[in-house]
Amino acid sequence: MAKLGEIAARVRSKNAGPFWITVDVFCGTTAVFERLEAGFPTARAAELLGQQGDALKRFSLPELNVIKFSFVRPEVQGSRRDRDMHGAQWAILLAEAEID
Amino acid sequence: MTLVLVPSGALGLGFDSKALAAGLDHKPDIIAIDGGSTDSGPFYLGSGSSKYSRSATKEEWRELMIARNALGVPLVIGTCGTCGADACVDWMLEITAELAQELGQHLKVALLYSSQPSKRIKEALVQGRIADLSPALQICDAVVDSCSNIVALAGAEQIQAALDTGADIVLAGRTTDTAIIAALPLARSDHAGGAWHGAKIAECGALCTTRPRSGVIAVEFDDAGFTVFPLAKDARCTAHTVSAHMLYENADPFILHEPGGHLDVSQAGYEEVRDNRVRVSGSRWVTSDTYTVKLEGARIAGYQTLVMAMLRDRSYVEAAATWAGDIERRVRTQLQDHMGLNSGDFDLELRLIGQNATLGEYETLNQVPVEVGVMAIVTAQTQALADEIAKALNPFLLHHPLTEDEELPTFAFPFSPAEISRGPIYEFCLNHVMVLDDPMEAFRLETVDLPHG
Repeated sequence: MAKLGEIAARVRSKNAGPFWITVDVFCGTTAVFERLEAGFPTARAAELLGQQGDALKRFSLPELNVIKFSFVRPEVQGSRRDRDMHGAQWAILLAEAEID
Repeated sequence: MTLVLVPSGALGLGFDSKALAAGLDHKPDIIAIDGGSTDSGPFYLGSGSSKYSRSATKEEWRELMIARNALGVPLVIGTCGTCGADACVDWMLEITAELAQELGQHLKVALLYSSQPSKRIKEALVQGRIADLSPALQICDAVVDSCSNIVALAGAEQIQAALDTGADIVLAGRTTDTAIIAALPLARSDHAGGAWHGAKIAECGALCTTRPRSGVIAVEFDDAGFTVFPLAKDARCTAHTVSAHMLYENADPFILHEPGGHLDVSQAGYEEVRDNRVRVSGSRWVTSDTYTVKLEGARIAGYQTLVMAMLRDRSYVEAAATWAGDIERRVRTQLQDHMGLNSGDFDLELRLIGQNATLGEYETLNQVPVEVGVMAIVTAQTQALADEIAKALNPFLLHHPLTEDEELPTFAFPFSPAEISRGPIYEFCLNHVMVLDDPMEAFRLETVDLPHG
């Protein structure tokens, strides 16, 4: 067991316009990319990010060793209940996840 | 072949002056810089004001105006003053006029205005020319009327029209981040996919290099693709830094929608070539059947007042959530008893900094911190009411005891007055596109000669 953020080279998140957040997992190596492709299913990421069903989009980019997740943010950027204007701390939810 | 110099990701963010000088040696055909985006939230569009300081903006613009004058090429800024509302174009014009005077420059300036009168949007609604983007937000006349500012995002065509006036400087209202960079290469028939892809890679300046804070980069566009290179000493573009930037702030890593079509980079190849440059080809531009521009709108969502209190006493830190919940209940009762206010009349939240202020219900860790900052957020329909509710909270935040029989506690207030009136808060309320028959029909182009008179 190890944390995803310890295995991957970098995990970052950012607003993508006012309505979306995107999380980029830079795996660093093909070995880590393959480990996370197998050991970190979309359903697990969805659960951590509070996403239902197929609301979480996953993009796998093997040539970059990157796995990207995008979702509609629960609170529109900067609206009354939004806590994180730039969505930059959402990455923590994946980075702290335990991976087999 | 077109060489575009991009001094930084946004005017006001700063750039490396030596790198700018190095960029000028390459004799670019145009200098293009962004002035903003929705990145900093709805306030700037809602209020029609700039996020960056006027002095920082003016000093950086001075350097760019001097650089432009030395080269005799156009200087273009998109999304003036963070949000690109008409008032921000005029703000940039005022700064430009001051500098023209100070520098003794005689200039022709093109002004591209992107603000949308509500009447035009409502007519477009009736004509079925407004379409939802995902996620769909409700739109109707009342929503349109509630916006304090609506802008449409100009694309390459409108920037080209501004350049076609022969202007030395183009001050554009809201544009897509990429349009100001892609416009000239497209006008010169460089590769369309390459033009948009190179513009996306360059739109944050040196963020696509190994020295992101240095600002300045250049992109050479040609008939097959583009080559991007850094200008700061020791900065490098690598296949990784360049291709990774396509992911940045982009929900879909392969597709980018623009007025008039979309960019598809799924088949693009990135190759490291000489002098820390990266060569990109294989990007595809797909023209759409209709010409659409994206709309952005913001409106007042209430008025806000904050009160901060700090808990350091261990027993209170441990029981902060219980303590805050108790205060919230008591103050709601008091507001009903004293002022007849129901829960629908105001919004009250005690956000606990040190516990879950960042992630809220998604937080997975549960630890007792050294201290807890209590940020009371009051939102109401007027500032006076928000202030009044915040004042009603004040004695609770200062003295509320966890138990009835203990000596009255007092917590740390960092400010006097304790209440911080934030004024109006705004919210984004449009996520739509508008269909245009002519790209210029929703934009206004003017030219002025400086110095005035």
